[in-house]
Formats: sequence, C-alpha cells, structure tokens
Amino acid sequence: MKKILILTTALSGFAFAASAEEVTVMSWGGAYTKSQVEAYHKPFTAETGITVNSVDADNPATPIKAQVEAGNVTIDVADVEFSDAVRLCDEGLLEEIDPSILPPAPDGTPATEDFIDGAIQDCAVANIVWSTVFAYNKDNVNGTPTSIADFFDTTKYPGKRGLRKSAKANLEMALMADGVPAGEVYGILNTPEGVDRAFAKLDTIKGDIVWWEAGAQPPQLLADGEVVMSTAYNGRIFNAAVAESQPLEVVWDGQILDFDLFVIPKGAPNKDNAMKFIAFATDTKRLADQASYISYGPARKSSGSLVGLYQDGKTEMAPHMPTAEANLKNALVNNFEFWVDHDAELNERFNAWLAK
Amino acid sequence: MADATTNPTNTGLTTADGKPLKAALAHAQARSRRRAFLLVLPLLLFIVITFIVPIGQMLKRSVYNDGFTVQKNLTTGEKTPIMVNLANWFDENPAGTEPDETAFVALVEDLKTLKETRAAGQAGTRINYELPGSRSLFTQGARKAKKLQPPFKEALIELNPKWGDPKLWQVMRSASSNLTGTFFLAAMDRTRNADGDIMSVDEDHQIYLKLFGRTFMLSVLITVLTLILAYPIAHLLATLPLRYSNLLMIFVLLPFWTSLLVRTTSWMILLQSQGVLNDAMVAMGLIGNDNRIQMMYNKIGTVVAMTHILLPFMVLPLYSVMRPINPSYVRAARSLGATSWTAFRRIYFPQTVPGIAAGALLVFILAVGYYITPALVGGSDGTLISNLIAFHMQKSLNWSMAAALASLLLGGILILYWLYDRLVGIDNLKLG
Repeated sequence: MKKILILTTALSGFAFAASAEEVTVMSWGGAYTKSQVEAYHKPFTAETGITVNSVDADNPATPIKAQVEAGNVTIDVADVEFSDAVRLCDEGLLEEIDPSILPPAPDGTPATEDFIDGAIQDCAVANIVWSTVFAYNKDNVNGTPTSIADFFDTTKYPGKRGLRKSAKANLEMALMADGVPAGEVYGILNTPEGVDRAFAKLDTIKGDIVWWEAGAQPPQLLADGEVVMSTAYNGRIFNAAVAESQPLEVVWDGQILDFDLFVIPKGAPNKDNAMKFIAFATDTKRLADQASYISYGPARKSSGSLVGLYQDGKTEMAPHMPTAEANLKNALVNNFEFWVDHDAELNERFNAWLAK
Repeated sequence: MADATTNPTNTGLTTADGKPLKAALAHAQARSRRRAFLLVLPLLLFIVITFIVPIGQMLKRSVYNDGFTVQKNLTTGEKTPIMVNLANWFDENPAGTEPDETAFVALVEDLKTLKETRAAGQAGTRINYELPGSRSLFTQGARKAKKLQPPFKEALIELNPKWGDPKLWQVMRSASSNLTGTFFLAAMDRTRNADGDIMSVDEDHQIYLKLFGRTFMLSVLITVLTLILAYPIAHLLATLPLRYSNLLMIFVLLPFWTSLLVRTTSWMILLQSQGVLNDAMVAMGLIGNDNRIQMMYNKIGTVVAMTHILLPFMVLPLYSVMRPINPSYVRAARSLGATSWTAFRRIYFPQTVPGIAAGALLVFILAVGYYITPALVGGSDGTLISNLIAFHMQKSLNWSMAAALASLLLGGILILYWLYDRLVGIDNLKLG
C-alpha cells in the first residue's frame, strides 16, 4: 500500500506538472523498460511530439484496480501479464481496444492475422513473448545443469536457489522437474493431488530458496553469488550476460512462455494518446526493434524476420529468443485461464506454505 | 449557578444594559465556545476526512461486498442489479433446498444478463473468493447461456458438472446478500461447509491466525529489545553534560532522519550471506566459507532491522523522562546506605516508568503494523500480517479480505490498548 501511495503521489505530481500532450506508460523496470524506451518511447515522441512518461512497478497490474476504483487514474498504458490482462478486463477495469487501430504488416496482412494466436484480446494487445527460465552462475556451479530437474537437485548442485515469490511458474516448474511432460502439467495441476505433488517437490528445496519479487533481482542475486541458480525472466539474464558480461547461462529446459500485453486502465487521462501509443509500439518495425535491445520475442509474425543483431552489433539475437526452435524442446505455454481461475486459491496456499 | 436555579431569572441580576446577567453570560460563553470550535474545526475536519471516514469504509468493506448483486459501470457510475432472478429464488426457498429446474431457469436468465452487462468476471470473482476454481464457471456459463436448451438443470450440469455442487449453491446463496461474515471467518482461518456450518479450513490453507500470532510475538520481542538497548543510551544522554549529550543525540537522530529504505537496504548489505558481517567472520576464520550464517530474508533479519529502525521511538520518550530526574535522589538513597542496585531499583527506575510505558506502547503499535521492512528483509518466515494485507490489496485484489484482516488487527490493538490502560494507566504515559 505504501508503495502504491508513493507511486500515485509521484504520478499525480507528474500529471500536474507536465504539458498537455503526454502519455504515461508503466512497465517492469530495469533492462526491460530500457528496451521499451529505446524501441517505443523515443521514436513515438520523435514522430508525434507526444511526451512519454515512463514509470515502473514490480508488477504494473497491481495499481490498476486501486486507481480505477478511486477514480484517480494516473497511468495511461500498463504492460501486464496475460492472466492479469484477462482478469482486469473481465472486471471492467480496462478500456476495450479496437483491433482495427492496429496497423497491418508491411506486406498488407491485417493485424488480426499478423499477431500470434491469443495476442489480441478485448482489452489488450501483446507486444512480446517472454519466458520464465532458470539460469545459473557458471563460476559458482560445478558442472553444467541441463534440465529443470537439475534446478531442484541440491545434492548434485548444492547452493541457494532463487524463485519468484508467487505460485505462478513455480508450481509448473516443480511438476516438470518431477517428471511431468510439459503437455500434461495443467491437467495434473487441476487436481488436488497434482497441487500436493507440486508443493511436495518445492518442499525438497524450501530451505535453500531465496525469494525475489522484482525482475531485476535474479541477475543481481546470481552475480552476487547470493544464489547459484535462479528462475528469471529470460531477457534479464540475457542483458546481464551479454551487456554486463556476467558469467550467467540460461537453461531453456522447462521454460514457461507468456505474453506481456499493453492495456489501458478505464478512465485513463490520455486515452487517445494511449491508443496511438499502443498502435505505434506494436507495429512490425517497433516490435522487431525492441528485440534488438532485449531477448524477448515479438508478438507479430512479420517482425520475426526483421530481428537481427543485438545493439552491440555482433550478438545474433535469434538463439536467445524463447521462441527459437532449439529452446522449445520442453517448453510450456502459460495457461492463462487456469491462472485466472486458481490464482487466488493457489497463492493463498502458497503463502500458507511459505509461512509454515 | 445554584442561585440561578432557585431564583427565577426575571428577578435576578441584570447587566448595565438591562439584560439578565445569566443570559448575557451564556451568550458570551457560547460565542467563545463557537470561536474555539472554529479554531479546531480544520483539525477536526482533517481527522474526520483522513482518518474516521477511511476506517469506517474499511470496516464496511470487511462485511459488505456487492460483487454478486450489483454491477457498477466505472465510467458512468451507473449501477445495474445482477443475479436478480436467482436472489428471488433464494428468498422463496429456505437454505438447504435442493436446487430444482426453476432455480436453474433463474440462473440461466441471470447468466444471460451477466453476458450483456459484462459482469460475468465480477460475479465469478466474488464466488471464487469462497470457492476457488469457480470463476471460469461464470465466464464460460455467461458465454454459452444463450445457446442452452431446457431442461436447464441437465444442460448446465452437462456444460460443467460443478454447477451441481451443493457447496457452490451455498456460496451463491450467501453471496446474494451484500452483508457477509465470510471474510471475517476467512481471516480467522474458518469457512462454512455445504450445510452452512462453521469449520476450520484444511491445514494447507491455514495462515492468518499463525501470522497474527507471529506478528504479536515479534512485536513483543522487538519492543523488549529496543527497551534493553535504549535504556542505557537514554540514561547516558540524560546524565552527560549538555554539549556531549547533544552530540550523542545527533547519532540517535541521524538514522531517524534517514530514509527507511536506505536503512533497510544497509542492513541487507551488512547481513546477507555474502555480506559484510559474514565476509568478516569468514576472513577471521570464525566460520567456514560453506557455513555462512543466514541472517537476512528470515526472522533474524526482520527483528534486527526493525529493532534498529524503531529504536529512536524508545530512546526519545525515555530521554525526556530521565532528563528532569534529579540526581540528588539517587545520591540521597546511596548516602542512606542503599546499594547501587537498590537505589536504581527503588528510586531511579520507578521514576522512568512513564517513559518506558510511552516508548513501549509506541514501538509495539508501530511494529504490529510494520510493512515495508518485513516485505524487504522478511523472506518467507519473517513476513507479518501487514504483508498479507498488502498482498490482498495489491495482488489478489480481494479488498474485502484485506479489510477484514485490517479490522481484526485494529480490534486487537484496541483491546491491547484497553488492557494497557487498565494495567499501566494511560495517565502515566509521558511522551516528553
């Protein structure tokens, strides 16, 4: 709450101070926000003259309900996860986005066909495909972990593990590490026995877990040696490994793919600019541009072929993408419907399990 | 005044201009009371608006949730009733009635309305709070309601067997009235079964009572620790010559003026397993490199950081009470033959009790509601109840649950305050 208060105060300060033409975009901070500023915000301002205010949160979905219900909305665009986008839309907290405002691909394919399946929702438009993977610090691990089972094997690879402090992704990874094939994970997780099994697997490493909440934490924990392996958003590890030359390595086995989507909170002060921003940022070129700053896959098919080298001019981006053929061998696509339904229940159980 | 009651006013004293003295006096007093009231009015309004009203709203929200009865359009503020037919059926049939075809007809009608008003998510969310996994039941049901053919009971149950669950019907019945005790029950790890009886939730989901207990124990521990640390410091400050004590006072106040986040982060740097303290101990050979002590992201981290942060709240009231204590009392006791311990116990200590009382109350109440420090350094076993309230505010968006937990916390503190008043006496409290 305190954080929200600070944030909203800071934001309303912004709103009063800035000039008429502006749009406020809330994202996840760190390397990810930086990639958006370079690929979307700067060119958008250059082309339209509309100032983009960039603000960050650990999870931009969280302040939306409070702001909309209080009638004091200070953000125009938020970058949120799939299940949050669907949930907030269902609760009437988001503006609907007409897909016809989205520009077609350069070859004329309409946006509705150019985007990957599910990337356009009633109230949301996806910009990237990202994934939760696990990564390790090469200097601190003896040997080469190759599978998700290794992440849970503290006898073979002793040392602390970093995990996101929430049920999502952890339960799926626990099941995969327990030998469940990716295709069966949600079927099993839908049963009480499946949930028990996932928690039992998490129990085996509970004493060795360091919990993280912000996406910028895992690369830091890994680099500091605070943990030897950590789950993380794949782009953050890429950034630390390539841009900051940290000895970090991603293991793609058991990765969980998800969308990040742009949404507009109901009652956003600059709704028209927000629509313009989303249409601009999700066109073929911008999505491809963003991929040259961070290793997240563009949500448009037509952007794929435009993705080339990282900004250092020598690193090929394609193999670092979660959607690269080699990385998809044992990959799970996040089932947003499952999480919309069970988020509250499983997080409650997760919190109870944590407090035990 | 006694005169006035025995003598009728018309025969009483009058002022120079002939008005009865009593009336003139009352008039003048009323005027000064009005003026005094106007002076405090801004403060009163401030307290009502920023304190009383929000707390009232919170209390209301903890027992009032209209998620299953009213759909509110957030842009226009227009309110549309939803689930009307089903609510009528519940009114006509007592609890425990097996839902028949008429009940399902009403339900399907309501699902159609949910589709039109786009309220399926909201209604489903309300039910989902009590019966996890039923949210998609409503979104899916609303999407398909139009295509269903009678008999609706079979049709809906075929669509999703959960529609036949008696527990679901019990929850829908309780949710169709806006007033509910469910959130308070849940905040005490209780729930209702399909028959409506109150029972404990299963062990895997029990969390709140445990966290209330932990919050209370840690707060007591932190209060005791700050007292042990602050008492000698305050005594030193109070007995040193002013120019030294002022200098020392700066050292107490400097961290007090530093940002909370900075202080918390400093502790993280010092205490983490690759941190300064562990590094130093490894370098000195006290512990092996593989046996670094985990002092952060657990209870130890929470207690250490919070004790440090709350220390000034104990030092300052103690100091303000110790400063005016005349040293000649203790000297007198010593000269009459008391040992230093007796002199402290019987002469000095009793005079500092009001300061201890104030500091302990201040630190304890602040500790009970502390949020940001345990969130940052608490890890999994150092989190407190306030972190769960924040979780329900921000992540699960179940504000009624957050309100119920906060109300319990508020109630608990009021009880403690009352106990405290009975034991120590609030008049004995001295803040300086």
